[in-house]
Order: sequence, then structure tokens, then C-alpha cells
Amino acid sequence: MAFGPYFLLATLEGLVTASILALTALGLSLVFGVMRVVNVAHGEFFMLGAVLAWAVSTAFAGHPAIGFSAALLVAPLVVGGAAFLSERLVLRRLDYNPEATIVATIGMLYIIQQLALTFYGADARPVQAPFNVRIQLPWFGYSGYKLFVIAAAIIVMLGTWLLLTRTKIGLIMRATQYDRETAQAFGIPVDRVYGGVFALGAMLAAVAAVLVVPTQQAHYLMGRDPLLLSFIVVIIGGLGSLRGTLVAALIVGLSDGIISVFFSPTLAKMLATALVALVLVFRPQGLFGVRTR
Amino acid sequence: MSGKLNSSFLTGNALSRRDALKGIGAAAAMTTAPGFVRYAQSQPSTPIRIGFQAHRTGIGAAYGRWYERTTAAAVKLINDGGGINGRPVEIITEDDGTDAARGAEVVEKFANQHHVDIVYGTLFSHVVVGSAPAAGELKIPYYVVSEGYHVASGQMNRWVLQPGITDVRAQCHAVAPWISQNVGKKVTMIYPDYAFGHDHRDFFAPAIEAQGGEVIAKIAIPPTETTFTRYLPQIPPQTDVIYHVMVGPAVLTFVKELGEFYGGGGPKLFGFIDSLEAVDLRSPGLEFLEGSHFWEGMARYRQTDASEHEIAYRDTVGLDDNGASVNDKRDVSTAGHMFGCWETLHVIKQAMEAADYKGPEDRARLVEATEAISELPESLAHPQGDKIFDGKVHQVFGRQNISLVENGTLKVVHRTSIEDGRYESDTDYTTQPL
Amino acid sequence: MTEVRSNATRIWLLHAAVIVLLLAGNFLLPEYHRGMFSRALVLATYAMGYNLLFGYTGLLSLGHAMFFAAGMYGAGLPVYHLGWDVPLVFATGIAAAGLLSLAVGVLALRTTGVAFMIVTMMFAQIFFLATLYFTTWTRGEEGLVLQPTTRAIEFAGNTISLSDPSTRYLVALTLFAIVLLVSLRLVKSSFGRTLVAIRENEERVRMLGYNVFATKLLAVVFSGLVCGAAGAAYGLLFGYVGSGFASSQYSILALLYVLLGGAATTLGPLVGTLFMFYVIDYTSGLTSAYLLLVGVVLIILILFFPKGLLGTIREKWLPWLP
Repeated sequence: MAFGPYFLLATLEGLVTASILALTALGLSLVFGVMRVVNVAHGEFFMLGAVLAWAVSTAFAGHPAIGFSAALLVAPLVVGGAAFLSERLVLRRLDYNPEATIVATIGMLYIIQQLALTFYGADARPVQAPFNVRIQLPWFGYSGYKLFVIAAAIIVMLGTWLLLTRTKIGLIMRATQYDRETAQAFGIPVDRVYGGVFALGAMLAAVAAVLVVPTQQAHYLMGRDPLLLSFIVVIIGGLGSLRGTLVAALIVGLSDGIISVFFSPTLAKMLATALVALVLVFRPQGLFGVRTR
Repeated sequence: MSGKLNSSFLTGNALSRRDALKGIGAAAAMTTAPGFVRYAQSQPSTPIRIGFQAHRTGIGAAYGRWYERTTAAAVKLINDGGGINGRPVEIITEDDGTDAARGAEVVEKFANQHHVDIVYGTLFSHVVVGSAPAAGELKIPYYVVSEGYHVASGQMNRWVLQPGITDVRAQCHAVAPWISQNVGKKVTMIYPDYAFGHDHRDFFAPAIEAQGGEVIAKIAIPPTETTFTRYLPQIPPQTDVIYHVMVGPAVLTFVKELGEFYGGGGPKLFGFIDSLEAVDLRSPGLEFLEGSHFWEGMARYRQTDASEHEIAYRDTVGLDDNGASVNDKRDVSTAGHMFGCWETLHVIKQAMEAADYKGPEDRARLVEATEAISELPESLAHPQGDKIFDGKVHQVFGRQNISLVENGTLKVVHRTSIEDGRYESDTDYTTQPL
Repeated sequence: MTEVRSNATRIWLLHAAVIVLLLAGNFLLPEYHRGMFSRALVLATYAMGYNLLFGYTGLLSLGHAMFFAAGMYGAGLPVYHLGWDVPLVFATGIAAAGLLSLAVGVLALRTTGVAFMIVTMMFAQIFFLATLYFTTWTRGEEGLVLQPTTRAIEFAGNTISLSDPSTRYLVALTLFAIVLLVSLRLVKSSFGRTLVAIRENEERVRMLGYNVFATKLLAVVFSGLVCGAAGAAYGLLFGYVGSGFASSQYSILALLYVLLGGAATTLGPLVGTLFMFYVIDYTSGLTSAYLLLVGVVLIILILFFPKGLLGTIREKWLPWLP
């Protein structure tokens, strides 16, 4: 394939990666930014979303769009509920101690994985896309659904941004993130905010998973890579910066896509990772973060 | 302590059991009168204990489930036929988490805590390689069902044997002539960038060149990848055939994306069923595989010309005509590989009887007896077909199936000869001390 | 004063007792458990190396698998490809981990906090991919077997075989004991106190005139050397070298072992490692869905021991524990 079209394809692929990453990372960014806890189980909420998408969408007969829409509704709610429950039962009792939280969320990771393995199974199962359009460009064909994923991610990002900046809930969340003690002093029920934030973060991961799963498939071990990549995106973007998370997702996604044009795949992966790591080395506070101590 | 393999899901299925007994037919009736079966089971004879290193969790779990089922079916058949040397076989299962380090611990647990006679059943190469040193040090026979080229490469030790499934090198070697004659001569290879993929690359390329063909591009994909489209432009346009072999949960994506990228056109495809084991071929997105070819160790779909042994095997394991579980048609098997468990257990039986195996003190003689095996004729014990075991290399050689995707099912269109897969090897484990 | 001295005596007695008990284990433990302990001791050494950086210096790395694996490959590749002797490759393994930790430290220490965690994680990911990229030499995920004949030491006319279970246990214990005593000594030294001070308040330490960067770099390298020694030992003792040990899972395991046992406790890594080994070993015998039990045990444990087993015991009952 000529260089131009190849570059176009790599860019498109990078954009799809970036938009899914942005969504997954958005959830982690909220949890990490507001609660300051490292949620190792975040990738498992993503996986749970994908697995539930399979379960819900196969329960509906008829046009795949029906099942998919139902999954888009049900999966995040169930995942959010599970996250809320685990926050109330475990994390709150640990008083959000960062170190104890790591162990507890590793425990949650084991539990969720085992439940998925027991009840869903070890197979990778496909979920049908709501529509199946193959866009034939002069040089190659491309999945129309992948373009839809980009659009949907932008919409969800916008929605979250509006929620954070234009609503009272958002104000409370930002206040809690900015200064927990002062927020508490002003009568903000910090404790309950944490429960909501943890659930919301998990729901965003589940939404990302439902959107992405028709281009991949649901598997009980699929949570690990989104977890690692989300962490990278959140930190590169700068803690608590929505804009930063978006830009970082674009950098990670596009560099991954475009560098693959020039090198053999594994080498490209190594170089892309190194490039992103060096961004952080030379801008330790992240792209849009404020240097804090 | 550990879960004994519960065969209730088999006994719960009266139909398959009856069919199996029917399938055993004359052979079983000749060797063991019905009365003898009951006699053997009522004897207080201690069972032969086989430690089954299973992938219950981790990346190998989809395979592991069917490896367990096939093992249970084979053990039941063997026990119904009088066991081994008149002793029943008992399977002790331990999960290795598809992890190399845990694999070695599990081998130690089998030898030192469960006191099993032998260890058996591992699939994933890294677990085999990680566990082999422990097996060698503990001097416990270790029968693997892995299709990796580790055993024949000479890297293992005298205690590691692979008598029930052919290895990657033989598979590549065997399919190369057919590919060059029937599909095309200019080949682009797409494979995972680790040892399993590199074995394909290193052994297929010379084999196709010997046929006047040529590998024109080699695309190694990192195993952490979940999307592949951006690598597809690296496939040269003059490619006749794409040779693809991928393992792991992302393979379905890979195959789907190939379809999106090329649509109806594009090069022909030759794949290894490893990519689609436990996956329904009628899954959305796989339609474009129609007309392409796959290597299969053993046919997933029941063929019209299936042998009586193959049919008996399928019924005993509990496979329907589509190669899914008779209890759940969505539960697709790993038919291309799992027959290796069945055949390995029968090789173990044959070797134990030849060595008059009594207990752990006879382990060395058991290895020698296995090494002495040469021809394995097609039978209920070897439903996949006749095989030749090379005692020096500790590796079995057999026939390979090449199947065409037709109406969303796989139809075997060619069976290679055993000779097609034979290769020269310097390995000779028999010179190592026991 | 006497209080301090009696504490010092108690501490030395405790550590000596642990080592003596473990030594007795070589003769008393059933065969299978002796094997488990051999592995656990090596991984506990790895966790102790991790603890130096995470527990005492307060630097949370998610990339220590690369140091463990650097030691493993640094020792394993020369044995496999060049046939070098065991003592020599043990040194090359440690050196490889030392060099890698120096390079990673220089770059990653420009960052702090969560950024440090992510940068180390990414470097480890690159290292992991490299072990696959160079499959021609490493055999990637499948890995390499180091044959028993190459894992023997010629010493004064005798051959010491590292594949002998008793030798293996004693070598693992020796490594563990050396690292335990050195880290005990270290954390009580002024260097160790500086590390803890950096963990508690980096700015203040800087204002007191310490070179914080150099001190932290030293901690990273020291931690890397210990982890590398553990990795080299693991490869040489158990005869297998594979890329699985470089995966992110092993970085998280080190963190888990330390947090379970108690961060910044000298014996915590051993307790955490043994705990995880036996929780998995025991629960996998009870049910095939044992990861569920492991998860529940971890959560319950951390609810009652939020600072890890020894960390919480120290806080509540034994304040003198180091």
C-alpha cells in the first residue's frame, strides 16, 4: 500500500484507540483525581462491562441494535451498582488509605475475574455491532462502526465535561477533589461523594467497554491492558484534568498507530511506550497538571 | 485435597456413555469380558494416579476445560475396559493458572505431596518448558499435550514426552506442499511475536521454499495487541496467500479485521485452527472466512467419511456434529487439539502395560517402554489416525488435516501422510541417563 | 538507654531466630513444602528489594519485574548461550539489574508520586516487550531451560549441584539471610534514616542539605541489585528463564507481598510472600474457583490489618519491630 493511504489508516486506527482510551481513562481519572486511590480493579470493571454487553445483547432477538442499546443501558448500571457496593463495603472501611486500597482492589480484581470465569466462561465471545457498514475507500475497507465509536466517545466526553463544570454534582466533586477537608467543613458529604465517584468511574469504564466490544470480543482477562493504558493516560494528562486526559489519550493512541507504520510491530510498541514515558520524564506533572507537592 | 476429576457430567449423559460402549465394540469385548470389569473394580487394588496439570485459570482456560473433559472421557473408557494392568486410573487435577512458575510448583506437588505415578496433560508451551526442569529433577515421567516444538528440539530432558500430538514443526512441514500446489506460492506470514510464532516462521519458510514457493513478508504481532488493522497494509499486494496463526483471546478480532480490510477480495487465506478453537465459526464477522482453508489436528465437524473410531471418540467425549458440547451447542470444543489428551492417555496405558508398571519404582522403565513404542495404528485408542512415535526425539508424528470453510463449517479436503511431517533431528534423549 | 539497647538485642534475636528456624526447615519440612519455601525465600528476597524502595523510601514502583527479570536474563542468557560458570553469571545477572536500575533511576526519578509509578511501569513494559522482540535468543514467552549440568558449581574438587533440593533450599536461604541482615543493618544506618526522612518529608530533607536525588538514586540501584540477585537466583536454582517473569503481574506481586506483610518492616516481605504462596496453594485444593477465595481473603485481611500483617502488629502491639 502506498504511504499516504497507509498513514491515513494508521491515523484512523490511532483515533479509535484514543477514543476508547479516553473513555476508560476518564473513569479512572475521576476516581484517581477525587479519591486519590489507585484502583487496580478498574480494568475489571471494564471487563465486566464487556461481558455484560455479551450477556444482555444475546438475550435480545431481532436486530442487533436492540440488544446493543439495551446493553449500553444495563451494563453500566450493573457495573456502577457493583462498584458502589464494593466502595461502601470495603474502601470506606479502609478510610481510603492508599496502600490498603491497593491490596483491597487487587482482591476485588481476583473476585471479579473468578466470577466472570465461573459464570461467563473462558471463551472470547463476540458481540454484534448495532450496525454493520463497511466503508470502502479507494485503497482499503474500513469498519463504519469504528467511526461511530469515535463519535460516541466524543459525546460521552462532552457529557461528562458538562456534568463536571455545569452542574452542582460536578461542583461538589471538584470541591472534594480540590480540598477534602475544606469541602467537608462546608457541609459536603465527602463520604457519599466518594461512593458516587467510584460508581461513576466504573460506569464510564463499562460504557467504554460496551462501545468497544463489537470491534473486539468479551474475554475474562481483557481488563489488564485497559488498566495499564488508562493509568498512563491519566498521569500523562495531569491529574484531574479532563482536557489533559483527552490530549494524552490522543498522544498515546496516535503514536501507537503512526509509529507502527515505520517499524516492525513489537519494536513500534516499544518505541511508542518509550516516547510516552519520556513525555512524563521531561514533564513530570503531566501535560496539563499543576506541579504540586 | 485437590479435585479429583469429577466425571459426573459424563455419567449424567447416558446416551454418550452407551454409544461409547457400543463404540468400543469388539475390541473391548475381546480383551476384557464384562465380568472382568466388575472384578477389577471391586478389587481393593490401588489406583494408578495420574497428575493432570490443567489450565483452569489464566489465558489457557478455554482449552483447559476441554482438555479436562477429554481426559475424563478417556479415563472412563480405560477404566470401563479394566483399567491399566487391572488397576483403575485416578486423575488428580491441579490448576497451574497457565503460569510457568506455578506449573513447576504443581509438578512438585504432584510428585511430593500427591505421590502420583506420572504427570500429564499440559498444553501451553511456557508451562511445559517451565515445568520440565522440575519433572527431570524429580525423575517423574511428564507426558505433555502441547504441540510445541520444545520436546523435539532437545531442550527438555529424558522425562518429558509428547506421544499424543504432533508438533508445530511437523505441522508446518506437512502443510507446505499442499499450500504451494493448491493455494499459492507467494506467502505472507502473520504470527505472534514469541516462540510459538517464531517456530512457525522458522520452519514454514524453508518448507515452502523447498516446494518452489516463497515467504515474501513476515509480520510478527506483539501478543499484547488487541487490534490489528494497522498492520495489515504491510501485507504486500502480490501476496497469493496469507498464512495466519494467532493464539489468545484477540484472535477473533484479527480474523474479523482481515475481513473488513479486504472485503470480498484480497489474497487467499490459510490459517491454523488455533486461532478459532472454542469459537463458533458462525460468529458475526467470520462470514468472509468462507472458502478459506485451515489446518486442523482433528476435524471439529463430523465428516461424512468419519471412521468408526472417530465417531466413538466424539460420542464418548460428548461432541455433537458441529464439534460443540452435546449439552450446549454454544460450548464449542477445541477439537483440533484435545484428541491429544485421549491418545496420550492410551499411550500411557500401552507403555505401562508393556513395562508391567507397578509403582513409582518403575518410572524409569515406563519411560523406556514409551521410547520403545514405534507404530501406533489407527484405533479407538488413536482415533485421529495412525502415528509413528520416535523414541529418540520423544515426539509423535502423524497426519494433518487441511479443511475448507464451507457453509460455515469445516470440511476436510486433504489429509497429509505421516511422511509429509517427518523432519531430520539430531535429538536423542535415550543417551541421557535415567 | 537500656530500653534502646534491649530493643536492639530483641531485634537481632528475632532475626537470628527467624533464620535459624528457616534453617531447621531444611531438615524438618516435608519435601513438597521445602520446595515451596525455596521458591518463596527467593521471591521474598525480591520483595525485600522492593520494600527498600517502596516501604522505606516511599517510592511506589510498578516496574520492578524488569529488575527481577534483568537479573534472571543477565544470568540465564550467558549460561545458556555461552556456557559461563554459575558464580560468574550470578554476578552478570546482578550487574545487569544494577545497570538497568541506574538508567531507569536517572530518568524516572525526575518524577515523583504517581508519575514515578507510571514511568517505571512503562519502562518495565518496554523491557517485557524486549524479551519477546529478541525471541531468537530468549525464546520469548516459552523461555529457556537451564540444564542441571550447567547449574553446578565446581568447588574444591566437589560439584555442588543447584538442582539438589537441599542445596537449593540452603542457597535460597543464604541469599535471603544476607539480604535480610543487610537491609536490617541498612535501615538502622544513617542512610536508612535519610530514606525514611525522604519518605516523610522530602522538602525538609532537601533543605537540611542532603542531596535527595543522589540518595534516592542510590536507593533505586540498591533495590534493583537485590531484585536482580533474586531473579538470577531464581533462574539458576529452578532452571527456567522466561518472559512471564518480566510481565506486569510480577511487578504487582512484589507490591502485594510487601503490602500484605507490612511495608517498611524487615520481615514483612517474607510474611507476605509465604502468605500468598500458601493461600493460593491451599485454596486451589478446595475449589477450582479459588481466585474468589484468594480475593476474599485479601480483602478481609486488609480490613483487619490495614498496614499489612507485621505493620499492624507493630502499630498495635510491638512498636519495636523494625
